[in-house]
Amino acid sequence: MNMMAGTVPLSLTVNGEEVARMVAPRTTLADFLRTDLELTATHVGCEMGACGACLVLLDGVPVHSCLVFAVQAQGQSVETVEGLVASGALAPLQQAFHERNALQCGFCTPGMLVNAHALIARGSVPDREEIRDAISGNYCRCTGYEAIVDAIEAAARKANGEGAE
Amino acid sequence: MNAPFDRPLGAAPHLEPGVHVGRPLPRPNAKRLVAGRGNYVTDMKRPRMLHAAFVRSPFAHARIVRIDVEAARAAPGVALVATGEDLAKLCTPWVGTLDHFKGMKSEPQLPLPLERVTWSGQAVVAVVAESRAAAEDACELVEIEYEDLPVLADLDTALAPDAPRLVEGFADNLCFRSALESGAVDDLFASAAHVVEADLAFGRHTGVTLEPRAIIADYDASEHALTVHHGTQTPFQFQDLYSRHYGIPEARVRVAAPDVGGSFGVKLHVYHEDMAVIGLSMLAGRPVKYVVDRLEAFVSDIHARDHRVKAKAAVGADGRILAMAVEDETAIGAFSTYPRTSAVEGNQVIRLIGAPYRLEAYRADLKVVFQNKTQTSQYRAVGHPIACAVTEHLMEKAAAATGLDPFEVRARNLISDDAYPCQSLTGFKFEQLSHEACLAKLKTLMDYDRLRAEQAELCARGIHRGIGIAAFVEITNPTPAFYGIGGARISAQDGAVIKITPSGEVRCLISVTEQGQGTEAIIGQIVADYLGVSRDIVRVITGDTEVTPHGGATWACRGAGIGGETALQAAKKLKANVLNVAAAILQAQPGDLDLVDAEVVDKAGGTVRLSLAEVARIAYFRSDTLPPGTDAQLTVAHHYAPSGYPFAFTNGIHGCHVEVDAEIGLVKILKHFVVEDCGRIINPLLVEEQVRGGVVQGLGAAFFEECRYDEAGQLVNGSLADYLVPMSCEMPDIVIAHMETPTRDTELGAKGCGEAGTAASSAAALNAVNDALAPLGAELTQIPMTPARILKALGAY
Repeated sequence: MNMMAGTVPLSLTVNGEEVARMVAPRTTLADFLRTDLELTATHVGCEMGACGACLVLLDGVPVHSCLVFAVQAQGQSVETVEGLVASGALAPLQQAFHERNALQCGFCTPGMLVNAHALIARGSVPDREEIRDAISGNYCRCTGYEAIVDAIEAAARKANGEGAE
Repeated sequence: MNAPFDRPLGAAPHLEPGVHVGRPLPRPNAKRLVAGRGNYVTDMKRPRMLHAAFVRSPFAHARIVRIDVEAARAAPGVALVATGEDLAKLCTPWVGTLDHFKGMKSEPQLPLPLERVTWSGQAVVAVVAESRAAAEDACELVEIEYEDLPVLADLDTALAPDAPRLVEGFADNLCFRSALESGAVDDLFASAAHVVEADLAFGRHTGVTLEPRAIIADYDASEHALTVHHGTQTPFQFQDLYSRHYGIPEARVRVAAPDVGGSFGVKLHVYHEDMAVIGLSMLAGRPVKYVVDRLEAFVSDIHARDHRVKAKAAVGADGRILAMAVEDETAIGAFSTYPRTSAVEGNQVIRLIGAPYRLEAYRADLKVVFQNKTQTSQYRAVGHPIACAVTEHLMEKAAAATGLDPFEVRARNLISDDAYPCQSLTGFKFEQLSHEACLAKLKTLMDYDRLRAEQAELCARGIHRGIGIAAFVEITNPTPAFYGIGGARISAQDGAVIKITPSGEVRCLISVTEQGQGTEAIIGQIVADYLGVSRDIVRVITGDTEVTPHGGATWACRGAGIGGETALQAAKKLKANVLNVAAAILQAQPGDLDLVDAEVVDKAGGTVRLSLAEVARIAYFRSDTLPPGTDAQLTVAHHYAPSGYPFAFTNGIHGCHVEVDAEIGLVKILKHFVVEDCGRIINPLLVEEQVRGGVVQGLGAAFFEECRYDEAGQLVNGSLADYLVPMSCEMPDIVIAHMETPTRDTELGAKGCGEAGTAASSAAALNAVNDALAPLGAELTQIPMTPARILKALGAY
């Protein structure tokens, strides 16, 4: 069935800026961000909500942007890694990931950062088991996860004033 | 649990300040990736770019009776629809055989089939449209009529004497057969105190790169030139293939690999769709992009393993393994993968079995068998996990038969550290390995005696813990003996160009490639040290045939061993040139000068004479002030090919500690240990992360990952919800220790570390689970060790 012709208006806030576009109703939020807005830090790994590479914050909550239609984000606020990097919100995690080499190919990293950011934003320092549980919806095929757990733990300690050990 | 950052950043107390090689430095290029600035092919756009989608076969084996593409051609946004015939006019066929694999056979392949499909999921018709969605819409309008053909979906069916032949005219369904025999095998088995036997099965699995395969081809008819942005490990190999199969002069074909979202061996093989996309761009006269979606990845990315091994060992009363005999049957796809074939894995299995140990005799028989399934080929640690698991499972059986501890039986059988150089019964020449030292180190690292005591105590309380160990030998740094000798145009050498910029900084363009291992990071460290500058001013550029010299690129752990030596020799050559120019300027002798931290200094005393920036300024802008005849070559090129041992070998040993829940069949991996010897360590941070990542891929194979087919040849779990890859909550912390035995074949001494983690982790896990189940009288001989298989072994159903 041809669905190219029918588009609908969409307005939302992306990384703090008002955005208005015409979109096909079937366009996912991930595709909208990547294709229409060229925000390609949000990655698509499975298109079924399994791998976590597409996580973005939707009104502050991590969601799989491959499982949300763009039109469902009408009137809402989306934050992608580009926005979180620009605002400095991810700086401690970026530094910890870099220093600990908590990434190899980097394809899972944006989704991992969004999830880790939300985890740390809860306030307390999670223990390693909690970190491992929290990122279990983020597949990483390169690192084996331990370095990621280390980096998140270090960033969480820093965020809570403990400093890295 | 490990504390985070238990090693301060960059710390290397044994190194002089300013030395980079050996230091755990983070990767400069990773900063871009953590800032969301990655540039993967999936992200890229070209002006007027079109998008391809493919109509795929729902049958595993069928004749194509009729194809009707008219409705698709007329669909909105569609630029063109192409069938096998359309692309066969442009692209010559390929055959995935190597000359040195005698008797090997495989059916010629084209981008899209002409007459029949040979696996479920094979691309049959290509649709190119303004968007991927429009292309997929139009795919649904393509009508293809098929006529069923007999399907070979398991080994027994394909090997039966009266089996239908997958390829008409072939005498059997064997792609390749090989046999090895050395020593008095039968005599040793006849006289041995014990003969231990096992039938082992290894599931078919796949790489699951998180970024799926992606390619953008842009053919420009005006120049008869082709630009391809391709998520690949091996841009030069593809430059050659696209040039030759499409008749475009090599110098006009550019293949560039920007950031690549994982590869692990997946992205260095020819895929039919990728070859098709080149032709589609030629037909469309516009750039064409194709990204494999996850479902397509499961039916088109290479699969690996899928072996069934019948093995036995002759064991002396003292626990010495005297001989081994194995029969390996491996199920590949309907043809052999091009250009690296589908026979290398089996070949490596039979040649690596028993490799760490002193055998007196060995016999192996290999059958590589066609199936109507997705193609198989080289994936991380090619063949090693199977060879290792077979060897180490027999070793456990030998220990049980003789009442020896697993460490003791290995100590009695490992090749002694003072026995080198030596040769395996399968012809591998070992320069210097460190098995005995690694074994001793692992025992301490694991706190083995404590774990055994704890195991006994917990077992009495109904908690079943197991300890498994597995030694390995890994093949790295192949010479042309690997592919070149067989006729494949896959380079064993690498090339680097290093230049001093006019401001006195350094650019290194090198043919080894980056998929996140840290290739660029280690090359930068080597260049910095052997040129005499700080790492901060070295920029390393990889992955583009337009800018770097030709080379083999990154696979078989050759990035450090071969790429690193290339960079080292190039840096030394450039340093000599810099000192020549400096000597001319200073009216000194080059031999009296040195380059340290980008300053030309007196070798004796270290007095700073001139900065590198000043040498560059004069050479580039005031050559008139140089003495006549000064040869100011501040750019050098260097190529290096390994020429000593046919392969470098690394070694090491894994330990795995598990707890099995006998009620539900679930295994908790408590901890994994690795002692590895990759030769000289350039960056311990990166070596350890290579090992950890490799271990987890091996644990995935051990417990979760399997491409499951039904009897009709349909893949039944081709999604990331159904095919299980390891999640963080299932994986343990991994403790790593090193031995360092540099190869003397190179000045650098590095051997490679990318596959050491995968080579033995599944074998160690298998032994650990069996160790836990032994008190319950159960044993597993198949991976992945799923809960259902564990419960079955326990007799629960």
